[in-house]
Amino acid sequence: MNIIVCVKRVPETSEADIFIDRSEKDIDKSGLTFDLNEWDSYAIEEAISLKEKLGGTVTVISMGGEESNETLRKCLAMGADEAIRLNDPSFEGSDGYATAKVLAEAIRKIPYDLIITGAQAEDDSYGQVGVTLAELLKIPHAALVNRLEIKGKIVRVHRELEGGLEEVLEIDLPAVLTIQTGINEPRYVSIMGIRKVAKKEIKVLGRSDLNLKPEDVGILGSNIRLEKVFLPPSGEGATILEGKPEEVALRFLEILREKGGVS
Amino acid sequence: MNEILVLAEHRHGELREITFEMVSKANQLAKTIGAQVSVIILGKEVNRFAEVLAKKANRVVLIEDERLEFYNSETYERVLYHLISERKPYLILIGHTAMGMDFAPSLATKLNIPISTDCIGIEFDSGNFILTRQIYGGKVNAKVSFNKESPYMITVRAGAFPMQEDLLTVGEIQSVPSPLKDEALARRFIQYVEAAAGEVDITQADILVSVGRGIKDAENIPLVKELADSLGATLACSRPVVDKKWLPKERQVGTSGKTVKPKVYIAIGISGAFQHVAAIKGAGTIIAINKDPKAPIFNVAHYGIVGDLFKVVPVIKDKIKELKQK
Repeated sequence: MNIIVCVKRVPETSEADIFIDRSEKDIDKSGLTFDLNEWDSYAIEEAISLKEKLGGTVTVISMGGEESNETLRKCLAMGADEAIRLNDPSFEGSDGYATAKVLAEAIRKIPYDLIITGAQAEDDSYGQVGVTLAELLKIPHAALVNRLEIKGKIVRVHRELEGGLEEVLEIDLPAVLTIQTGINEPRYVSIMGIRKVAKKEIKVLGRSDLNLKPEDVGILGSNIRLEKVFLPPSGEGATILEGKPEEVALRFLEILREKGGVS
Repeated sequence: MNEILVLAEHRHGELREITFEMVSKANQLAKTIGAQVSVIILGKEVNRFAEVLAKKANRVVLIEDERLEFYNSETYERVLYHLISERKPYLILIGHTAMGMDFAPSLATKLNIPISTDCIGIEFDSGNFILTRQIYGGKVNAKVSFNKESPYMITVRAGAFPMQEDLLTVGEIQSVPSPLKDEALARRFIQYVEAAAGEVDITQADILVSVGRGIKDAENIPLVKELADSLGATLACSRPVVDKKWLPKERQVGTSGKTVKPKVYIAIGISGAFQHVAAIKGAGTIIAINKDPKAPIFNVAHYGIVGDLFKVVPVIKDKIKELKQK
């Protein structure tokens, strides 16, 4: 079973203070830490545990500058065999569609049985790259997969729906699956583990290596154009309980008694 | 004629709310653009949905086929490719739901038309759409526009647009023959399964104490469990806690878990992702405890405590003990 996994390096923003940069086209990323996109960490874990069970190889691909080597090395340390980085100045500004085109051209050069991506990225949240990729490669797909089992030339998957419901499907391989968080428990890699793969070659491919024209990629090759980014307006907001910790606790319990009938 | 197509979404014999939300938004856009709204319904024996939706739009386009009984990206894409190529609408609206996320991007690619996913705002200004999307986990908004010509495809976030009840029309119902042939499918629907079934039913609780990513580790769960017990409340949680296997799926509040309507909902260490917030809208009172004063949960909560849960919760527990001793 040869598996390709597409991953992305993203800034860690869930607990950070966010500021808009001067261009108003992105956030100020200085001072932020970066890591493997959360959905992708489940995707790579799924691929590696499949390889451990069934044999074969895992190739990890990422579109990004040199800083993405760090993310690819993390995947190598987790157990991926090969890493490919797609980089070209003309890729800058690619939306989900343009990104999928770049990935598709790189993937066409490699033999595969299964392609796995995260269901979405934490940063731009398009949630479209994997499904678009499947169409470009003319192979079947399923999105939001939270369980999968390979049965010869078929994969049986569960798709996560709303309200605690799942949809069970069978799909012919090769196929693209986009992975939902919680499908497994991504293994931990230590700094030592990452150091061990520091020398491993990361193949870099540019636009001309992929036979793409300038108008296929970046802003020109995208469906949508970013106009500006801004901090969302906050709503009316909560009444914040203030005071000494004991006073706040007491007020909290008073509210519970009023609103919830707690004695 | 300018046409806006809205794809109706239904499951288990019921139209899903996103359908009505999209129809309401489409009607509003249709006025600005000078377009008509047609709702597409795909399914098996779904004429009753057509009658409901014909009262809310100019037209219902109904395609019935037993091969459309259960959603499948392959059959949906084939039918919609055919329909959209023929009708050449100005705009197509599809839900950014477990269904829409699964096929809209590939359908748009197949049709070679531009798509913008997960939109929470749609404005039409001097011939152009300006769409609002959330990025960076909802901490930042982005305005985007299309780079190409129509037809446009937009996938719409559930709950982003209010349902309008007032609009009543007598739309026509157009029955269209299914373009599906007896071709083999590379993807086959097997069945639905209930994933969140368990011993505890959090939807029945009057008071929920709900814990999120801020709890940091499985070994800290007892801290909030004890608080819940001392209040006679039921313990619930947000998605990250289930993803990390700290609590079972049956306890999960959110669009992919349970929608809850307790008298009081206490959110501890929950930042308030839209999937979570959408599922607690029916709560009587929401009290949030979070160390980040900018956490989106404070926008929907009625009361808030800004502070470290590991400091706030023990003080509350002490206070309860003290009051009980009196």
